[in-house]
Amino acid sequence: MGYRILIVEDSPTMRQLVVFALRSLPDLQITEAVDGLDGLKKVRGCAFDLAIVDINMPLMDGLKLVSLLRSDPKSKHIPVVIVSTEGNSETKRRAEALGVNAYLTKPIVSGHVFRTVKALLEGGDGAGGRP
Amino acid sequence: MPNPNKEMTDLFTKGKDFFDIYSKVAEFSKELMEENKKLQGRINELITERERVLSEGGEEGDPKLLRRLEELKREKQEILSHYRQVEEENSDFLHRYQEIETENNNLANLYVASYQLHSTLDQREVLEIITEIIINLIGAHSFGILMLNDKRGLLEPVKAEGIPIAALPAIRVGEGIIGQSAKSGETYYRDSADRPLLDDYTHPLVCLPLKIKEEVIGVIVVYQLFAQKPKLVRVDYDLFNLLAAHAATAIFSAKLYGDSVRKQATIKGFLDLLTH
Repeated sequence: MGYRILIVEDSPTMRQLVVFALRSLPDLQITEAVDGLDGLKKVRGCAFDLAIVDINMPLMDGLKLVSLLRSDPKSKHIPVVIVSTEGNSETKRRAEALGVNAYLTKPIVSGHVFRTVKALLEGGDGAGGRP
Repeated sequence: MPNPNKEMTDLFTKGKDFFDIYSKVAEFSKELMEENKKLQGRINELITERERVLSEGGEEGDPKLLRRLEELKREKQEILSHYRQVEEENSDFLHRYQEIETENNNLANLYVASYQLHSTLDQREVLEIITEIIINLIGAHSFGILMLNDKRGLLEPVKAEGIPIAALPAIRVGEGIIGQSAKSGETYYRDSADRPLLDDYTHPLVCLPLKIKEEVIGVIVVYQLFAQKPKLVRVDYDLFNLLAAHAATAIFSAKLYGDSVRKQATIKGFLDLLTH
Protein backbone atom coordinates (compact mmCIF):
# COMPACT_ATOMS: atom_id res chain seq x y z
CA MET A 1 0.00 0.00 0.00
CA GLY A 2 1.23 3.51 -0.80
CA TYR A 3 1.78 6.45 1.49
CA ARG A 4 -0.96 8.83 2.56
CA ILE A 5 0.15 12.43 2.77
CA LEU A 6 -1.81 15.42 3.98
CA ILE A 7 -0.93 18.87 2.63
CA VAL A 8 -2.30 21.70 4.77
CA GLU A 9 -1.75 24.94 2.89
CA ASP A 10 -4.05 27.84 2.01
CA SER A 11 -2.27 28.66 -1.24
CA PRO A 12 -3.44 26.51 -4.20
CA THR A 13 -0.21 27.35 -6.03
CA MET A 14 1.85 26.08 -3.15
CA ARG A 15 -0.26 22.93 -2.82
CA GLN A 16 0.20 22.19 -6.49
CA LEU A 17 3.92 22.77 -6.23
CA VAL A 18 4.22 20.31 -3.34
CA VAL A 19 2.11 17.74 -5.20
CA PHE A 20 4.36 18.25 -8.21
CA ALA A 21 7.48 17.83 -6.06
CA LEU A 22 6.23 14.50 -4.67
CA ARG A 23 4.89 13.09 -7.92
CA SER A 24 7.64 10.47 -8.27
CA LEU A 25 6.89 8.78 -4.93
CA PRO A 26 5.11 5.52 -5.78
CA ASP A 27 1.42 4.89 -4.94
CA LEU A 28 1.04 8.23 -3.26
CA GLN A 29 -2.35 9.31 -1.95
CA ILE A 30 -2.45 13.04 -1.35
CA THR A 31 -5.18 14.83 0.55
CA GLU A 32 -5.30 18.62 0.51
CA ALA A 33 -6.60 20.87 3.27
CA VAL A 34 -7.03 24.64 2.89
CA ASP A 35 -6.33 25.66 6.52
CA GLY A 36 -5.51 24.24 9.95
CA LEU A 37 -9.11 23.49 10.85
CA ASP A 38 -9.72 21.66 7.59
CA GLY A 39 -6.45 19.78 8.18
CA LEU A 40 -7.55 18.72 11.68
CA LYS A 41 -10.87 17.41 10.35
CA LYS A 42 -9.08 15.42 7.68
CA VAL A 43 -6.57 13.94 10.15
CA ARG A 44 -9.45 12.76 12.32
CA GLY A 45 -11.08 11.07 9.34
CA CYS A 46 -8.07 9.24 7.95
CA ALA A 47 -4.73 7.76 9.01
CA PHE A 48 -1.88 9.68 7.38
CA ASP A 49 1.76 8.69 7.07
CA LEU A 50 2.96 12.31 6.96
CA ALA A 51 1.65 15.88 7.02
CA ILE A 52 3.08 18.92 5.24
CA VAL A 53 1.88 22.04 7.01
CA ASP A 54 2.13 25.76 6.32
CA ILE A 55 2.29 28.13 9.31
CA ASN A 56 0.37 31.24 8.24
CA MET A 57 -3.16 30.14 7.43
CA PRO A 58 -6.65 31.47 8.15
CA LEU A 59 -8.93 29.96 10.85
CA MET A 60 -6.17 27.88 12.43
CA ASP A 61 -2.45 28.35 11.88
CA GLY A 62 0.01 25.54 11.31
CA LEU A 63 1.64 25.61 14.77
CA LYS A 64 -1.75 25.31 16.48
CA LEU A 65 -2.56 22.37 14.23
CA VAL A 66 0.76 20.68 15.09
CA SER A 67 0.18 21.16 18.83
CA LEU A 68 -3.28 19.55 18.49
CA LEU A 69 -1.84 16.69 16.45
CA ARG A 70 0.85 16.07 19.05
CA SER A 71 -1.61 16.11 21.95
CA ASP A 72 -3.83 13.44 20.40
CA PRO A 73 -2.57 9.84 20.86
CA LYS A 74 -4.04 8.93 17.47
CA SER A 75 -2.06 11.52 15.55
CA LYS A 76 0.96 12.31 17.72
CA HIS A 77 3.17 9.88 15.77
CA ILE A 78 2.52 11.48 12.33
CA PRO A 79 5.72 13.05 10.99
CA VAL A 80 5.17 16.75 10.26
CA VAL A 81 7.07 18.87 7.76
CA ILE A 82 6.60 22.61 8.13
CA VAL A 83 6.86 24.67 4.95
CA SER A 84 6.75 28.33 5.79
CA THR A 85 7.73 31.85 4.83
CA GLU A 86 8.84 32.30 8.46
CA GLY A 87 12.59 31.98 8.30
CA ASN A 88 13.33 33.47 11.71
CA SER A 89 14.84 31.22 14.32
CA GLU A 90 12.20 31.97 17.00
CA THR A 91 9.38 30.49 14.90
CA LYS A 92 11.59 27.56 14.00
CA ARG A 93 12.36 26.96 17.69
CA ARG A 94 8.65 27.03 18.53
CA ALA A 95 7.96 24.53 15.77
CA GLU A 96 10.74 22.24 16.93
CA ALA A 97 9.50 22.47 20.52
CA LEU A 98 6.12 21.26 19.29
CA GLY A 99 7.82 18.26 17.74
CA VAL A 100 7.87 18.97 14.01
CA ASN A 101 10.19 16.64 12.14
CA ALA A 102 11.47 19.02 9.47
CA TYR A 103 11.31 22.74 8.79
CA LEU A 104 11.57 24.07 5.23
CA THR A 105 11.39 27.74 4.28
CA LYS A 106 9.85 29.32 1.19
CA PRO A 107 10.62 29.69 -1.62
CA ILE A 108 10.63 25.93 -1.71
CA VAL A 109 12.85 23.75 -3.86
CA SER A 110 11.07 20.64 -5.17
CA GLY A 111 14.14 18.46 -4.65
CA HIS A 112 14.42 19.43 -0.96
CA VAL A 113 10.75 18.71 -0.35
CA PHE A 114 11.01 15.35 -2.10
CA ARG A 115 14.13 14.25 -0.20
CA THR A 116 12.80 15.42 3.17
CA VAL A 117 9.47 13.63 2.74
CA LYS A 118 11.09 10.47 1.37
CA ALA A 119 13.56 10.31 4.26
CA LEU A 120 10.79 10.71 6.84
CA LEU A 121 8.58 8.11 5.18
CA GLU A 122 11.49 5.70 5.20
CA GLY A 123 12.05 6.27 8.90
CA GLY A 124 14.87 8.83 8.67
CA ASP A 125 15.05 12.23 10.36
CA GLY A 126 14.26 14.25 7.26
CA ALA A 127 17.64 15.94 7.25
CA GLY A 128 18.33 14.56 3.78
CA GLY A 129 16.35 17.41 2.27
CA ARG A 130 18.57 20.13 3.56
CA PRO A 131 20.67 21.77 0.94
CA MET B 1 73.09 -58.38 64.71
CA PRO B 2 72.58 -57.98 61.00
CA ASN B 3 70.23 -60.36 59.27
CA PRO B 4 71.89 -61.67 56.06
CA ASN B 5 68.58 -62.74 54.56
CA LYS B 6 67.09 -59.30 54.88
CA GLU B 7 70.15 -57.66 53.31
CA MET B 8 69.89 -60.03 50.36
CA THR B 9 66.20 -59.22 49.98
CA ASP B 10 66.96 -55.47 49.98
CA LEU B 11 69.68 -55.92 47.37
CA PHE B 12 67.31 -57.85 45.13
CA THR B 13 64.64 -55.19 45.52
CA LYS B 14 67.14 -52.42 44.63
CA GLY B 15 68.41 -54.43 41.67
CA LYS B 16 64.87 -54.90 40.40
CA ASP B 17 64.18 -51.14 40.75
CA PHE B 18 67.40 -50.35 38.90
CA PHE B 19 66.46 -52.77 36.15
CA ASP B 20 63.03 -51.19 35.81
CA ILE B 21 64.58 -47.73 35.50
CA TYR B 22 67.12 -49.01 32.98
CA SER B 23 64.30 -50.59 30.95
CA LYS B 24 62.39 -47.30 30.91
CA VAL B 25 65.49 -45.36 29.88
CA ALA B 26 66.11 -47.88 27.12
CA GLU B 27 62.53 -47.56 25.95
CA PHE B 28 62.73 -43.75 26.00
CA SER B 29 66.02 -43.85 24.09
CA LYS B 30 64.39 -46.06 21.52
CA GLU B 31 61.52 -43.59 21.12
CA LEU B 32 64.05 -40.76 20.75
CA MET B 33 65.86 -42.68 18.08
CA GLU B 34 62.62 -43.24 16.19
CA GLU B 35 61.71 -39.56 16.48
CA ASN B 36 65.18 -38.62 15.31
CA LYS B 37 64.74 -40.90 12.34
CA LYS B 38 61.44 -39.26 11.47
CA LEU B 39 62.96 -35.77 11.71
CA GLN B 40 65.83 -36.84 9.52
CA GLY B 41 63.30 -38.04 6.96
CA ARG B 42 61.48 -34.69 7.12
CA ILE B 43 64.78 -32.82 6.66
CA ASN B 44 65.51 -34.94 3.63
CA GLU B 45 62.06 -34.16 2.25
CA LEU B 46 62.61 -30.43 2.76
CA ILE B 47 66.01 -30.59 1.11
CA THR B 48 64.46 -32.36 -1.86
CA GLU B 49 61.63 -29.82 -2.00
CA ARG B 50 64.09 -26.93 -1.87
CA GLU B 51 66.14 -28.46 -4.67
CA ARG B 52 63.01 -28.90 -6.75
CA VAL B 53 61.94 -25.28 -6.16
CA LEU B 54 65.45 -24.05 -6.97
CA SER B 55 65.51 -26.12 -10.12
CA GLU B 56 62.20 -24.46 -11.15
CA GLY B 57 63.71 -21.00 -10.61
CA GLY B 58 61.94 -20.17 -7.34
CA GLU B 59 64.77 -18.34 -5.62
CA GLU B 60 64.41 -14.68 -4.56
CA GLY B 61 65.50 -12.27 -7.24
CA ASP B 62 64.53 -14.72 -9.90
CA PRO B 63 63.93 -12.88 -13.20
CA LYS B 64 60.53 -14.53 -13.76
CA LEU B 65 59.27 -13.46 -10.36
CA LEU B 66 60.67 -9.97 -10.78
CA ARG B 67 58.91 -9.63 -14.13
CA ARG B 68 55.68 -10.83 -12.57
CA LEU B 69 56.16 -8.36 -9.75
CA GLU B 70 56.65 -5.54 -12.26
CA GLU B 71 53.53 -6.64 -14.14
CA LEU B 72 51.52 -6.60 -10.94
CA LYS B 73 52.84 -3.15 -10.06
CA ARG B 74 51.85 -1.88 -13.51
CA GLU B 75 48.39 -3.44 -13.17
CA LYS B 76 48.02 -1.80 -9.78
CA GLN B 77 48.94 1.59 -11.27
CA GLU B 78 46.49 1.06 -14.12
CA ILE B 79 43.72 0.12 -11.68
CA LEU B 80 44.48 3.16 -9.54
CA SER B 81 44.49 5.40 -12.59
CA HIS B 82 41.21 3.89 -13.78
CA TYR B 83 39.77 4.36 -10.28
CA ARG B 84 40.74 8.04 -10.30
CA GLN B 85 39.20 8.42 -13.75
CA VAL B 86 35.96 6.80 -12.55
CA GLU B 87 36.05 9.04 -9.49
CA GLU B 88 36.34 12.13 -11.71
CA GLU B 89 33.52 10.88 -13.95
CA ASN B 90 31.45 10.24 -10.86
CA SER B 91 32.07 13.77 -9.70
CA ASP B 92 31.06 15.07 -13.16
CA PHE B 93 27.89 12.96 -13.08
CA LEU B 94 27.07 14.28 -9.61
CA HIS B 95 27.58 17.82 -10.83
CA ARG B 96 25.38 17.16 -13.87
CA TYR B 97 22.78 15.48 -11.68
CA GLN B 98 22.63 18.58 -9.47
CA GLU B 99 22.34 20.81 -12.54
CA ILE B 100 19.54 18.66 -13.96
CA GLU B 101 17.78 18.61 -10.60
CA THR B 102 17.97 22.40 -10.41
CA GLU B 103 16.71 22.66 -13.97
CA ASN B 104 13.92 20.21 -13.18
CA ASN B 105 12.99 22.26 -10.13
CA ASN B 106 12.98 25.44 -12.18
CA LEU B 107 10.80 23.88 -14.85
CA ALA B 108 8.42 22.58 -12.18
CA ASN B 109 8.12 26.10 -10.75
CA LEU B 110 7.54 27.60 -14.19
CA TYR B 111 4.97 24.93 -15.04
CA VAL B 112 3.04 25.44 -11.82
CA ALA B 113 3.19 29.22 -12.15
CA SER B 114 1.96 29.12 -15.75
CA TYR B 115 -0.75 26.55 -14.96
CA GLN B 116 -2.05 28.55 -12.02
CA LEU B 117 -2.03 31.87 -13.85
CA HIS B 118 -4.38 30.56 -16.52
CA SER B 119 -6.60 28.58 -14.18
CA THR B 120 -9.17 31.33 -13.66
CA LEU B 121 -10.90 34.23 -15.40
CA ASP B 122 -11.61 36.13 -12.21
CA GLN B 123 -9.36 39.19 -12.03
CA ARG B 124 -9.23 39.16 -8.23
CA GLU B 125 -8.17 35.50 -8.26
CA VAL B 126 -5.54 36.19 -10.92
CA LEU B 127 -4.03 38.91 -8.71
CA GLU B 128 -4.11 36.49 -5.78
CA ILE B 129 -2.28 33.84 -7.83
CA ILE B 130 0.36 36.35 -8.93
CA THR B 131 0.84 37.20 -5.25
CA GLU B 132 1.21 33.53 -4.33
CA ILE B 133 3.77 33.00 -7.09
CA ILE B 134 5.83 35.96 -5.95
CA ILE B 135 5.73 34.81 -2.32
CA ASN B 136 6.10 31.06 -2.74
CA LEU B 137 8.27 30.74 -5.82
CA ILE B 138 10.36 33.90 -5.78
CA GLY B 139 10.45 34.43 -2.03
CA ALA B 140 9.51 38.11 -1.90
CA HIS B 141 8.52 39.57 1.45
CA SER B 142 7.10 42.92 0.35
CA PHE B 143 5.86 43.89 -3.08
CA GLY B 144 2.98 45.51 -4.94
CA ILE B 145 1.09 45.25 -8.22
CA LEU B 146 0.27 48.52 -10.01
CA MET B 147 -2.07 48.60 -13.01
CA LEU B 148 -2.02 51.28 -15.69
CA ASN B 149 -4.93 53.69 -15.74
CA ASP B 150 -4.83 54.80 -19.39
CA LYS B 151 -7.06 57.79 -18.90
CA ARG B 152 -4.97 59.29 -16.10
CA GLY B 153 -1.60 58.00 -17.31
CA LEU B 154 -0.96 56.64 -13.83
CA LEU B 155 0.19 53.31 -12.44
CA GLU B 156 -2.23 52.67 -9.57
CA PRO B 157 -1.69 50.10 -6.78
CA VAL B 158 -4.22 47.26 -6.88
CA LYS B 159 -2.49 44.74 -4.62
CA ALA B 160 0.20 44.84 -1.94
CA GLU B 161 1.85 42.22 0.23
CA GLY B 162 4.06 42.83 3.24
CA ILE B 163 3.27 46.56 3.14
CA PRO B 164 -0.02 48.48 3.42
CA ILE B 165 -1.50 49.20 0.00
CA ALA B 166 -2.11 52.79 1.07
CA ALA B 167 1.65 53.24 1.44
CA LEU B 168 2.19 52.61 -2.25
CA PRO B 169 2.09 55.77 -4.34
CA ALA B 170 0.36 56.10 -7.73
CA ILE B 171 3.14 56.68 -10.22
CA ARG B 172 3.02 58.64 -13.43
CA VAL B 173 4.32 56.78 -16.47
CA GLY B 174 7.83 57.99 -17.29
CA GLU B 175 8.57 59.28 -13.77
CA GLY B 176 11.23 57.73 -11.58
CA ILE B 177 12.46 54.15 -11.75
CA ILE B 178 8.99 52.59 -11.83
CA GLY B 179 7.54 55.07 -14.33
CA GLN B 180 10.58 54.72 -16.60
CA SER B 181 10.41 50.94 -16.46
CA ALA B 182 6.70 51.07 -17.42
CA LYS B 183 7.45 53.47 -20.25
CA SER B 184 10.41 51.57 -21.69
CA GLY B 185 9.02 48.09 -21.01
CA GLU B 186 12.42 47.12 -19.60
CA THR B 187 12.66 45.23 -16.32
CA TYR B 188 14.61 47.07 -13.64
CA TYR B 189 16.84 45.13 -11.21
CA ARG B 190 18.61 47.01 -8.47
CA ASP B 191 22.10 45.79 -7.72
CA SER B 192 21.64 43.34 -4.87
CA ALA B 193 24.75 44.76 -3.20
CA ASP B 194 22.90 48.07 -2.72
CA ARG B 195 21.45 48.78 0.68
CA PRO B 196 17.68 48.00 0.72
CA LEU B 197 15.49 51.10 0.77
CA LEU B 198 12.64 49.79 2.88
CA ASP B 199 10.68 53.01 3.30
CA ASP B 200 11.16 54.41 -0.17
CA TYR B 201 8.54 52.81 -2.39
CA THR B 202 9.81 54.56 -5.48
CA HIS B 203 13.11 52.62 -5.36
CA PRO B 204 12.21 48.94 -5.67
CA LEU B 205 14.51 45.96 -5.82
CA VAL B 206 12.77 44.83 -9.01
CA CYS B 207 10.29 46.58 -11.30
CA LEU B 208 8.72 44.23 -13.80
CA PRO B 209 6.50 45.64 -16.55
CA LEU B 210 3.49 43.43 -17.36
CA LYS B 211 3.34 43.37 -21.14
CA ILE B 212 1.02 42.09 -23.84
CA LYS B 213 3.34 42.11 -26.82
CA GLU B 214 4.87 45.59 -26.44
CA GLU B 215 2.00 47.20 -24.57
CA VAL B 216 2.55 47.65 -20.84
CA ILE B 217 -0.63 47.20 -18.78
CA GLY B 218 0.94 47.40 -15.32
CA VAL B 219 4.01 46.65 -13.22
CA ILE B 220 5.05 44.38 -10.37
CA VAL B 221 7.35 46.12 -7.92
CA VAL B 222 9.35 44.03 -5.43
CA TYR B 223 10.85 45.86 -2.44
CA GLN B 224 12.25 43.16 -0.18
CA LEU B 225 13.00 39.44 -0.21
CA PHE B 226 12.57 37.05 2.72
CA ALA B 227 15.41 37.00 5.26
CA GLN B 228 16.28 33.45 4.20
CA LYS B 229 16.58 34.57 0.56
CA PRO B 230 19.68 36.75 0.30
CA LYS B 231 19.50 37.44 -3.44
CA LEU B 232 17.72 36.61 -6.67
CA VAL B 233 18.84 33.48 -8.50
CA ARG B 234 18.56 32.38 -12.13
CA VAL B 235 15.13 30.81 -11.85
CA ASP B 236 13.80 34.05 -10.38
CA TYR B 237 14.69 35.90 -13.57
CA ASP B 238 12.97 33.13 -15.58
CA LEU B 239 9.93 33.47 -13.35
CA PHE B 240 9.93 37.24 -13.78
CA ASN B 241 10.08 36.77 -17.55
CA LEU B 242 7.19 34.32 -17.36
CA LEU B 243 5.20 36.67 -15.13
CA ALA B 244 5.87 39.62 -17.43
CA ALA B 245 4.03 37.88 -20.26
CA HIS B 246 1.64 35.37 -18.66
CA ALA B 247 0.48 37.51 -15.75
CA ALA B 248 -0.30 40.33 -18.14
CA THR B 249 -2.27 38.01 -20.43
CA ALA B 250 -4.09 36.43 -17.49
CA ILE B 251 -5.03 39.83 -16.02
CA PHE B 252 -6.08 41.15 -19.42
CA SER B 253 -8.17 38.04 -20.22
CA ALA B 254 -9.86 38.18 -16.83
CA LYS B 255 -10.59 41.89 -17.33
CA LEU B 256 -12.08 41.26 -20.78
CA TYR B 257 -14.11 38.36 -19.44
CA GLY B 258 -15.39 40.47 -16.54
CA ASP B 259 -16.31 43.29 -18.95
CA SER B 260 -18.08 40.88 -21.30
CA VAL B 261 -20.07 39.34 -18.45
CA ARG B 262 -21.14 42.80 -17.32
CA LYS B 263 -22.07 43.81 -20.89
CA GLN B 264 -23.94 40.56 -21.37
CA ALA B 265 -25.91 41.23 -18.19
CA THR B 266 -26.67 44.79 -19.37
CA ILE B 267 -27.81 43.63 -22.81
CA LYS B 268 -29.89 40.85 -21.27
CA GLY B 269 -31.52 43.36 -18.93
CA PHE B 270 -32.19 45.68 -21.86
CA LEU B 271 -33.69 42.86 -23.94
CA ASP B 272 -35.82 41.74 -21.00
CA LEU B 273 -37.07 45.32 -20.71
CA LEU B 274 -37.99 45.40 -24.42
CA THR B 275 -39.72 42.01 -24.51
CA HIS B 276 -41.77 42.41 -21.34
